[in-house]
Amino acid sequence: MKGRWVLWLPFAVFLIFAGLFAGGLFKPDDRVITSKLIGQPLPDFELPQGATDRPSLASAEFAKGKPRMLNIFASWCVPCAAESGHLITLAEAGVPIDGIAIRDARDDVDGFLKRWGNPYAHIGLDARSEVQLSLGSSGVPETFIVDGQGRIVHQHIGDIRADDVPELIAIWRKAQ
Amino acid sequence: MIAEFGLAALWMAAALALLQLLLAGFGVAQGKQDLLSGVRPAAIMQGLLCTLAFASLIMLFMRSDMSVLLVAMNSHSVKPWLYKFAGTWGNHEGSMLLWVTVMGIAGAGVALLERTLKRDTHMATLGAQAAISLGFYAFLLFSSNPFERLNPPARDGQGLNPLLQDPGLAFHPPTLYFGYVGLSVAFSFAVGALMTRNVDAAFARAMRPWVLAAWVMLTIGITAGSYWAYYELGWGGWWFWDPVENASLMPWLAATALLHSVTVLATRDALRAWTVMLAVVAFSMSMVGTFLVRSGILTSVHAFAVDPERGSFILALLAIYIGGALALFGLRVGTVREGKQFELMSRETMLVVNNLLLTVILGVVLVGTLYPLMTEAFGHKVSVGPPYFNRVAGPIALVLMLAMVVGPLTRWRRDKAGLVAGRLLWPAFVMLGIVAALAVLAWGRIGVLPFLGLVVAGGVALGSLIPLGKRNLRRTPLFIWGMVLAHMGCAVSLAGMAADSAFTTEKLVAMKPGDSVETAGWTVRFDRVAPLAGDNWTAMQADMQVSRGGAFVPVTPQNRFFYNPPTGTSEAALLTRWNGQLYVVLGDALDDGRWQIRIWWKPFVTFIWFGGFMIAAGGILTIIGRERRGWQLKLRKLHAGDFA
Repeated sequence: MKGRWVLWLPFAVFLIFAGLFAGGLFKPDDRVITSKLIGQPLPDFELPQGATDRPSLASAEFAKGKPRMLNIFASWCVPCAAESGHLITLAEAGVPIDGIAIRDARDDVDGFLKRWGNPYAHIGLDARSEVQLSLGSSGVPETFIVDGQGRIVHQHIGDIRADDVPELIAIWRKAQ
Repeated sequence: MIAEFGLAALWMAAALALLQLLLAGFGVAQGKQDLLSGVRPAAIMQGLLCTLAFASLIMLFMRSDMSVLLVAMNSHSVKPWLYKFAGTWGNHEGSMLLWVTVMGIAGAGVALLERTLKRDTHMATLGAQAAISLGFYAFLLFSSNPFERLNPPARDGQGLNPLLQDPGLAFHPPTLYFGYVGLSVAFSFAVGALMTRNVDAAFARAMRPWVLAAWVMLTIGITAGSYWAYYELGWGGWWFWDPVENASLMPWLAATALLHSVTVLATRDALRAWTVMLAVVAFSMSMVGTFLVRSGILTSVHAFAVDPERGSFILALLAIYIGGALALFGLRVGTVREGKQFELMSRETMLVVNNLLLTVILGVVLVGTLYPLMTEAFGHKVSVGPPYFNRVAGPIALVLMLAMVVGPLTRWRRDKAGLVAGRLLWPAFVMLGIVAALAVLAWGRIGVLPFLGLVVAGGVALGSLIPLGKRNLRRTPLFIWGMVLAHMGCAVSLAGMAADSAFTTEKLVAMKPGDSVETAGWTVRFDRVAPLAGDNWTAMQADMQVSRGGAFVPVTPQNRFFYNPPTGTSEAALLTRWNGQLYVVLGDALDDGRWQIRIWWKPFVTFIWFGGFMIAAGGILTIIGRERRGWQLKLRKLHAGDFA
């Protein structure tokens, strides 16, 4: 009978599946997610002004020779308020920080900064999360360290805690 | 004592499954009738024993017997009785015991009720069913014993995940399990038929009610689960493409294809190999999906047990059963005589189109679910989300729905394209009408898929009624009504999905008590937030009044905090109207005394589940109709015999 091998096709597909299954089973869990964007250039963007008393933000800012930190936040985000004190510590230590406010309005950002302090040099408004998505960031807050040539060297997912501060400063120093 | 009794019953059930397998195996192979006469009693007894084991576990949970490890890990003495009861299967071991119990009951059902299948095929089927059960008994007894004791006993239990503390837990898992474990019967039928080389129309007629019954339960289980997730998870979605949802959707797609192809085999004796293949695939999908999730290989909200030892056991079971059945298929199906041939323009062809489209969707879902596993094998981490599934499976599903209009209007054996086109005139007019209406009213405001969804839903709704058109409604067989109802249900459900994604309005506001907000024609007034206590939780409840011009109606969304385990859940408030649902969620409190409140107006969203239940009801009508016709034919034959 011709085409008899076709009858074994389902079996072959199943074997491939079983192989994948076995592979997945004995692979150790990885707990640390490393971003695909590390080592990649920052995507190009130019954002409108996000707060009344700070200039707007464009990706060109990150290619001026000095490493900077890029913090993604929002006025409606509670962990962002929680990490604001540590951002201020970082800013006081000399780390230049720029912010992108996600799905936000300028009035709300102004209120947020007034309440929690303002560590940012520039603030851009990303009303539809477009830049956030192009950065491969899925939530707020997230923080990137970008070297002076516009390359991402570090991504910190989630809010910055007190014990993250020295590590972030070290990474920023190394990028110089 | 109850735990030991349950464990003993489980061991005896396992022993009986082994006996059933051996009796059926040797009996069929050597044609020994005296061996075969023991098979049916063994199957019935086995079903009874695992039911007893399951009842014992339920009793342990109801009594909150903290000397049983499983109860201590997953229950708590102050928990409403409903969740003590349903909590029995809200964990890995308990749900596995439910799995084997359903399998045992299904096997006993086949032993008791199946009358039309040839004897040796029937016995081989029961043997296959016992073989599958045996593997799962071994899995339970050796690596997931639900009756394990805890010494000394715990003071109290650790409680049940609050997301599961909902009446949904009482009916969603059991119906779903009856559905996809019920498909094991189709699998066993296929194996039995391949073993005894008996794939024909009579075999298909015998298998059909079992497939339909499992499919009905699966439809109910999926529909109920979707509604549960919709109101419990609190963000207004009703399908998340989570691996475990796909795990229930894939067997459903295969079973839907199977119940159509089994009709071709039963009516026209065609598509023999294909039908057998689908019967194997349907239950294989149940096993693959469930165990992918259970082994922790894919992350999912439904992952109870993450344990490589259990994973290896599962892999071995999958290899034996699925690999075995597919190898048997490869070996044997070549010896199955080809069925009858048919013309290109015929009902048979349309059902093949249905099967192909369903299989393609199944493939799309399977690839999407396994893709992360595949890329990981090559060192890339990827996750596949709703955009892939919606964009790829959505359009194919729409084509399938169109085929659903054409199929029932095409005659068996041979038809003329011109005549079929003529019968399609009215649905075509309706669809053009909807296109025109939507183009005027909503052009550019709704996406392409929802737009097409609404159009196709209208066409299918009308088209599904046409088969009744030229019939005397009183003499129309019940299974035709069943088909019409199920197809109509698909249209209703599709309309709900499309309307929800096209017209939903969402509003996120921060309100303080006394504020009002307007959205989608509704006025929502926020009166106050007050604490409230339940059996094992406390809540902050928002008292709100909503109105659409008329009198105000209260809605009360809550934020609940459970003690055991300490977790918070958000209880959305739903207000159902004939043309949609208002969905209100209470969020976090802000520092200035305002509360985050999320309000959705979802036009016709309830159609999604209403349609799902219509589909299931159509299946039930079809079973009743077919069975009744079977008896009538038998009676007529008997009478004819009297006169001969």
